[in-house]
Amino acid sequence: MADQRIEPILTDSARLAAAIPSPVAVAPPEARRATWLGLLLEREHVLAGLLLAPTLVILTLFIAYPFVLGIWLAVSDKMVGRPGSFVGLQNFQVNLNDTIFLRAFQNTFVYTFIATALKLALGMATALLLNHHFHFKRIIRASMLLPWIVPTVLSTLAWQWMFDATFSVFNWVLMNAGLISKRILWLGDGTLAMGCLIAVNVWRGMPFFAITLLAGLQTVNPDVHEAAEIDGANAWQRFWRVTLPLIKPIMLVVVLFSMIATFADFQLIYVLTRGGPYSSTHVFGTYAYEIAMRAAKLGQGASISLFLFPFLLMVIVFQLWYIRRSD
Amino acid sequence: MGESDSTASVNRRAFLRVAGVATGAAVAGGIPAMVAAQKAPSFPKGTKLNILEWVSFVPASDVEFKRLAAEFGKVAGVDVTVDLINMNDLNPRIASAIETRSGPDVIMMISNWPHLYAGGLADVDDVAEEIAKRDGAFYEIHKKMSVVDGRWKAVPLCNVNATWSYREDWFKEEGASKFPDTWDELRKVGTALKKKGRPIGQAFGHSLGDPNSWAYAVTWGFGGTEIDDKGKVVINSKGTIEALKYTVAFWKDCLDEGGLAWDDSSNNRAFLAGTISATINGASIYFVAKRQFPEIAKAMNHGHMPRGPAGRFYYSGGQGRAVMQYSKNQQVAKEFLRWFMDRPQYDKWMTANDGYTVGPTPHWEKHVLWEKDPKLVPFKESSKYARWAGYPGQPSRKASEALVKYILVDMYAQAIKGMKPEDAAKWAESELKKAYA
Repeated sequence: MADQRIEPILTDSARLAAAIPSPVAVAPPEARRATWLGLLLEREHVLAGLLLAPTLVILTLFIAYPFVLGIWLAVSDKMVGRPGSFVGLQNFQVNLNDTIFLRAFQNTFVYTFIATALKLALGMATALLLNHHFHFKRIIRASMLLPWIVPTVLSTLAWQWMFDATFSVFNWVLMNAGLISKRILWLGDGTLAMGCLIAVNVWRGMPFFAITLLAGLQTVNPDVHEAAEIDGANAWQRFWRVTLPLIKPIMLVVVLFSMIATFADFQLIYVLTRGGPYSSTHVFGTYAYEIAMRAAKLGQGASISLFLFPFLLMVIVFQLWYIRRSD
Repeated sequence: MGESDSTASVNRRAFLRVAGVATGAAVAGGIPAMVAAQKAPSFPKGTKLNILEWVSFVPASDVEFKRLAAEFGKVAGVDVTVDLINMNDLNPRIASAIETRSGPDVIMMISNWPHLYAGGLADVDDVAEEIAKRDGAFYEIHKKMSVVDGRWKAVPLCNVNATWSYREDWFKEEGASKFPDTWDELRKVGTALKKKGRPIGQAFGHSLGDPNSWAYAVTWGFGGTEIDDKGKVVINSKGTIEALKYTVAFWKDCLDEGGLAWDDSSNNRAFLAGTISATINGASIYFVAKRQFPEIAKAMNHGHMPRGPAGRFYYSGGQGRAVMQYSKNQQVAKEFLRWFMDRPQYDKWMTANDGYTVGPTPHWEKHVLWEKDPKLVPFKESSKYARWAGYPGQPSRKASEALVKYILVDMYAQAIKGMKPEDAAKWAESELKKAYA
């Protein structure tokens, strides 16, 4: 339908442009060119091609080329400063026999799923709270975004201080409140360190969920809620049966975007633990960086980061399928 | 400004007279005379030289380096630019420069990077051999780091070694009039200190310097090594297990339990806050103490890495400067390295570093700065005992892989967390075999 509507408009515009005498048309040779150009542009596939060309160039240069190069590196033994040769799936086999890689694999999924679930739950709760009328509503809504706006490295450095083994403010508060007698080594134990990483990721990513879901909540017609209330639905039922189904599309998009970003996270973990202690907090991104950049094994490093691809592909396919279905 | 310009121009003219070659022909004939005259040669107008280095932990070092680079520029008639970036960012910058065959002409090399990037580095045999001849020889570690397949791939610059910073006053209270000479003696004093709430501090996390300084030095000290001189993995040995047992006991008896969560700066902060009595570090703690905590500077001193049954060892990286193979200005780049490493210039730079860096040859042990402050003497002597990741084998790419996987550090960290020393050594053996495959 949409295509049929656009078609005559474009054609008419092109004809109109060609028909209106322009200053350019005064000079005979240029007028010939304008007519020739006009005629060419009138052909839909030419115009479409021209309009699409910049996007195609950008996609090819910045998405397709790096991606194809990444695949080539992953199946080669390329090292910095040395030409690589094709080694098939050898790099992937090496990864699967590497205990640090397997731990990074597990960590990536734990980190992504727990952090995303928490961001969704807390983001939804915050959005529901912010959806009410209260004083300084706009200032508070805007300030919610601060953790998301501050550069990750900066905010993570602040967290590093808060988790510091000697000077942690958390330990100071807990000790002074009499809740602990011995300091907690937040980043000194594999499980606890992973918990800290997830906590910082949630702190940083939750505002994005809250603000986006708030935007979704504001599109829900209050009449629907009133009707449900009249029908005897309590607050929980109204949320579960009315609000949630209505904002589900936007919720799904936010979750999928967040999962992709969390899955590929690097900065936060690299600043806080660099994969330590005892390689217990490596994720794909940090481990791939160490191998590709610090050990100069570009091929091996690419194969580690390429392990992200099947998962991200599934997420994107699902996202596209869902959006098309909604349309 | 005008004065220095005129000085530069006089120097340039002086050089041309000495060398007897036309401007732009800065080749063989002119250079030895140039070096003898301790002046830089001249190059065609518009010649550029771009140098990439780390941001030093001693700000005065960067200031002096930039000043010297500018001086070379004026004397040689070369447009010199210096870019300083964080040490952690050097690896990706080097990788992209080599792969795209464009970027700085000279790049700082840390640790075994000449081996890692050998394919992208020009040979600098003439400059390195000239310095070696002048000063006798480079320390063993510099030769190992910079020579790849018989060719010098970097000109050694210095070592930034980590000795023990310790509270002399507290050690004296426990009867140690000087820093313990052996690991066992250190454990004895450390046990007494920890009982008084003055533990020793050591990082076992994933940071570049301190955790490795312990892991490699202690392993070697007790007779263990990752590989033998032929590259065969031999970590699972009696020596390594002894080193592991020692570390676990040392952890319980002497160390601050925060170590597993520490990075390279944690021990600096803890030492200056007075919560630890000793730690492995460069001279940076002392420098900060001198500026901000004079009472700590007065109460502290430095001690050598203790001896183990197999001897005294320092884990060290060493720093050098490489000329990039893609550079169109290799001749200028080499002349810069030659000029910088010449004694008058290097002396100034070393003075600015105030003991933080150790010269690449024993000649610099005679530098006057070591007499000025006796507390820095262990640094002066440290390079003699310095060994590299992969010792006694080559500091190869494979040694790098073992290093970035923190295999030795994690072997100790896991033993501290409760893994049996024998199992930790076995784990390290299986990981090292993959890295050295």
